[in-house]
Amino acid sequence: MSPEILYTAEVILNGLMAGVMYALVALGFVLIFKASGIFNYAQGVMALFAAMTLVGIQNGQVPFSHLINAVFGTQLHHFGWHLPAIVAILLTVVVMIIFAILVERLVLKHLVNQEPIILFMATIGLAYFMEGFGDLMWGSEIKVLDVGLPKGASLALEEYTVGWATEGSQYYGMYVDKLDMVAALVAIALVITLSLFSQYTKTGRALRAVADDHQAALSVGISLRKIWVITWCIAGVVAMVAGVMWGSKSGVQFSLSLIALKALPVLILGGFTSIPGAIIGGLIIGVGEKLFEYSIGPMIGGATENWFAYVLALFFLVFRPQGLFGDKIIERV
Amino acid sequence: MFYRQAGDFKTTYRDDIQTFPLKQDRWGYYIVLAIAFLVVPFFINDYWTSAVMLPFLIYAIAALGLNILTGYCGQVSLGTGGFLAVGAYGCYKIMTSFPDLNIFVVVLLSGLITAAVGMLFGIPSLRIKGFYLAVATLAAQFFLVWLFNKVPWFYNNSASGQISSPERSMFGYAITGPNADAPVRYLFCLTLLVMLAWVARNLTRGRLGRSWMAIRDMDIAAEIIGVNPLRSKLSAFAVSSFFIGVAGALFFSVYLGAVEVGEAFGINQSFLVLFMIIIGGLGSIFGSFVGAAFLVLVPVLLKNIMVNWLGWPTDIAVHIEFMVIGGLIIVFLIAEPHGLAQLWRLAKDKFLLWPFPH
Repeated sequence: MSPEILYTAEVILNGLMAGVMYALVALGFVLIFKASGIFNYAQGVMALFAAMTLVGIQNGQVPFSHLINAVFGTQLHHFGWHLPAIVAILLTVVVMIIFAILVERLVLKHLVNQEPIILFMATIGLAYFMEGFGDLMWGSEIKVLDVGLPKGASLALEEYTVGWATEGSQYYGMYVDKLDMVAALVAIALVITLSLFSQYTKTGRALRAVADDHQAALSVGISLRKIWVITWCIAGVVAMVAGVMWGSKSGVQFSLSLIALKALPVLILGGFTSIPGAIIGGLIIGVGEKLFEYSIGPMIGGATENWFAYVLALFFLVFRPQGLFGDKIIERV
Repeated sequence: MFYRQAGDFKTTYRDDIQTFPLKQDRWGYYIVLAIAFLVVPFFINDYWTSAVMLPFLIYAIAALGLNILTGYCGQVSLGTGGFLAVGAYGCYKIMTSFPDLNIFVVVLLSGLITAAVGMLFGIPSLRIKGFYLAVATLAAQFFLVWLFNKVPWFYNNSASGQISSPERSMFGYAITGPNADAPVRYLFCLTLLVMLAWVARNLTRGRLGRSWMAIRDMDIAAEIIGVNPLRSKLSAFAVSSFFIGVAGALFFSVYLGAVEVGEAFGINQSFLVLFMIIIGGLGSIFGSFVGAAFLVLVPVLLKNIMVNWLGWPTDIAVHIEFMVIGGLIIVFLIAEPHGLAQLWRLAKDKFLLWPFPH
């Protein structure tokens, strides 16, 4: 095979891996949207917050230490312990559950029956609040997240593929990050768990019932508020997984919350209401933007990844407003 | 007691449809205008101009623009930052290509350019709505910022990638550039704001404004009663982008003087203007002013309290500012979805009856 084909294949492969990462974030959106009709802009900030909390707990940081130091003139920074990753993850899950309950109590309960766009704006407000809150709690510096996931290039794959190129060509094998592979596996596992959960457990069935029809679910005795808390908990956990993956890849920093913005075109492509749609949309966006950057990017100055996904989604919307797998939009007067 | 409609008789249709039907309101408005034009310029100093007054005036123009699109026509846009950038770069290109052109004309022309770009990005609104459209406008935001970053023609190949405004003057006073005096810059922006607010007010209560509101309230029903959705949606995008483009041009040339597109016109700018109209009041001209004033003043106030008074580090102040603004958005959406403008309206209604309960 000629190196060009192999390079293209490598770009596609990396695009698929990036797409899995986008899909991880998009998944959280879909879950909340299906269960409560809320388009949760704060999903990206939730991922950031979860990752920060994880790092903070793991390193034994004192929460709000900056604020406390500023107010009382103390020099608190660390409790001086290092927790194992698994304990920190579990504690983070607890934090995300508390967060879900608080969101339901303080925000959602008061906004029932509002228009979707009002709820959307409320989640933008929530995102701003959490951004400030997370920074205040754990400090805004870039943190290293290490929960023991493998990192760096996969040498095995490089050695395996190096022989594919034609003899004598300068080809060193495919470069794929090990972390991306782990992320892909985790995403697959997550999707399988979620679909099993929603198919075979009582709570899962209740979730699907609410997603189908709020009123009907209420009338058979499903508590909407409880379901909402559960959905936000699950979305919080999904956000944590996404946060851990992105955080180990590029450090825990503010830009992590921007992946939420990247997930929006994914959702538009896949449709807001479909879990497989989120995955496939993510893959299309991932592959599309990497291929575009590889083939056309150099001609027009590069860094096209910033906008390609949105423009693709824009064109797509004009032809199919409900996305690839979304429910058909029916309008009545 | 003193705020009454009794005795304020309308004898012509003209009187009946004026913007401020009550005499007190009308006089209040004239007094505010007189103070803004004749008193404030003599007392304003550099700090107040650049920290409060200029941002307020410019954001008020942008908020008016977004309010026309989102508040009156119901099309949510997250592309405000991108359109501000179009205004700024349009202004820069015109300023440098035609050095003799009056700055006032330059600002209006950059508004027109932005209007054209806005209409282009408004085309998808004919097919999609709600937050689908919000996401689609994100395409404008990211694409435009990238474009101004990557194509050297837009910043005349300057090495830093920044654009900085050359000095331009009107009636012998420098308006842009480092030599511009605070009162002159203030008056220039104020004049534009008053003009545009007048335009917005009269557009929104005319035929065009009514067609926007019909589209906002229910687009299918509007179409059935004969409102042309193509014309009203695209005109809303055009008018709104014109306002935002003017705001962008002022933001660059009069306020900052030199900008770098990613910093000055990022996605946060879009959210800030959106927050202004939510807090101020969707679909209200007055609300755009109050919202802009509120979100310009709150950070200044918080910063003064926390950094200068309590002596906390700046980064903590910034974090708390984020929390406060985010929290306020939620509180407003829960307690008063129509914003500060509605509170003002309620207060006036109460005051009309005071001291009698009914």
